[in-house]
Amino acid sequence: MATFNFELVSPERVLFSGDVDAVVLPATEGDMTVLAGHAPVMTALKTGFLVVTSTPGNGRRVLIRGGFADINQNGLTVLAERALPEEELTQDILDQEILTAEMHYDATNEPAARQAAESAIAQLREAKAALNF
Amino acid sequence: MPSLKDLRNRIASVKATQKITKAMQMVAAAKLRRAQTAAEAARPYAERMSAVLGNLASGITVGPETPRLLAGTGSDRVHLLIVCTAERGLCGAFNSSIARLARDHATRLMAEGKTVKIICVGKKGYDILRRQFAEQIIELIDLRSVRQIGFEQGDMIAQKVLARFDAGEFDVATLFYSRFRSVIAQIPTAQQIIPAQIEATGASSDAVYDYEPEEGEILTTLLPRNLTVQIFRALLENAASEQGARMSAMDNATRNAGEMIKKQTMTYNRSRQAMITKELIEIISGAEAL
Repeated sequence: MATFNFELVSPERVLFSGDVDAVVLPATEGDMTVLAGHAPVMTALKTGFLVVTSTPGNGRRVLIRGGFADINQNGLTVLAERALPEEELTQDILDQEILTAEMHYDATNEPAARQAAESAIAQLREAKAALNF
Repeated sequence: MPSLKDLRNRIASVKATQKITKAMQMVAAAKLRRAQTAAEAARPYAERMSAVLGNLASGITVGPETPRLLAGTGSDRVHLLIVCTAERGLCGAFNSSIARLARDHATRLMAEGKTVKIICVGKKGYDILRRQFAEQIIELIDLRSVRQIGFEQGDMIAQKVLARFDAGEFDVATLFYSRFRSVIAQIPTAQQIIPAQIEATGASSDAVYDYEPEEGEILTTLLPRNLTVQIFRALLENAASEQGARMSAMDNATRNAGEMIKKQTMTYNRSRQAMITKELIEIISGAEAL
C-alpha cells in the first residue's frame, strides 16, 4: 500500500512524524479518511479521535481538540490545538476537557459557538464511554 | 585605612554575595534548559502555522470581504504595543533592552501624531515604562503565578487583544519580546501581529485547494489562532531569553565577586603584615632603649 508523509503537531510538541498508510480525521463537515495521493484539501477539525494507520490493521488513536489539517502534494499536516495520544488519556484528563468544553458552552451566546461546544461535549462523552471509564 | 576587622567583614560579605550569585546562576542554568526545550518544541507548530496561513493567504485577493485581522482596519492611527518582559530582575540588560526598543517605537509613533496604547506582560517592563507612559499603559498582565508557560497563557493574552481589536480600540498591534539565539545573545524584537504579516510561500500556490468549510470561514478561524500561536511563541522565547540573560549576568557577577575577594584578601594580608612588622619594631626599639 502506498504511504504518505504525515505530521501531527500540537503547540507544545510534535506528536507524530513519518510515513503512514491512512489517517482518519475528525473534520468539521464529517470524518474523512486520507490516503496517499489525496487531492489538496484544507479543513478545520473538531474535537474527536484521529486514527493513524501505519501498518495495516493497526491503528493508533489520538484525541484532538480543534485545529486544522492541510493536505497537499507533500503529505498531510495536522495542527491540533490540543492533542492527547490514547495512552496518555485518563479519566481525570477527559473530565477536565469536558469541564472546559462546558465552560465554553456557558460563556457564549452565539449559536455557532454553542453548537460547536455542544458537539465537543458529546464527542468527549463518547470518548469516555469508548474507553470504559 | 580600614582596620583589619573591617576588612575581614568586607571579605565575608562579598563571599556571601558570591555564594548567592553562584546559586542563582546554577538555578538559571537548570531553568534555561527546560525553557529552551519548550521554546524549541513550539517552533514546528508556529512554522507550520505560518506555512499553512501563507498557502491560504496567497490564494486570496485582499478585498472588502477579507477578515480585518489580515487586511487591517484601513487606517493606522491607533497603535497597540504588547511589551513582554520578565517578572523578575537581576538578569542583566534583558528587561531594559526590550523596554528601550518599545520606548523608542512609542516615542517615534507619538512624534508622528499617532495614538499609542501599551499592554505590559510582566511586571518589570511595566515598572520601566510607567514613568514615561503612565497614561498610555492600559493593562498589566501578570504572569508571576505561572511556573511553566503553557498554551493557555498565550490564548488568554490573545483573547484580551482580540476583544480590544473587535471593539475597535486599535488598528495596528506590535509585539515586543526577546528572541532567544544563544545563552549570550538575546535579540529584542518587534513583530507586527495585527494585521498579520504573512510571508508568501509561493511554492504550492499553483495547487488547487479544496476548502472545508469555506475558504473565508477557515481564514476567520485560523487568523485568531495564529495570533495565539505568535504570542505563545513570544512568551516561550522570552522565558528562555530571560534565563539565558540571568545566567550570563550571574556568571559575570560571580566572577567579579571573585576578583574583589582576591584584591581585598591581598590588602588584608598586607596590612596584617605591616601591623606585625610595626609591633616587632616597637619591641626591638624598646629593648634597645634599655
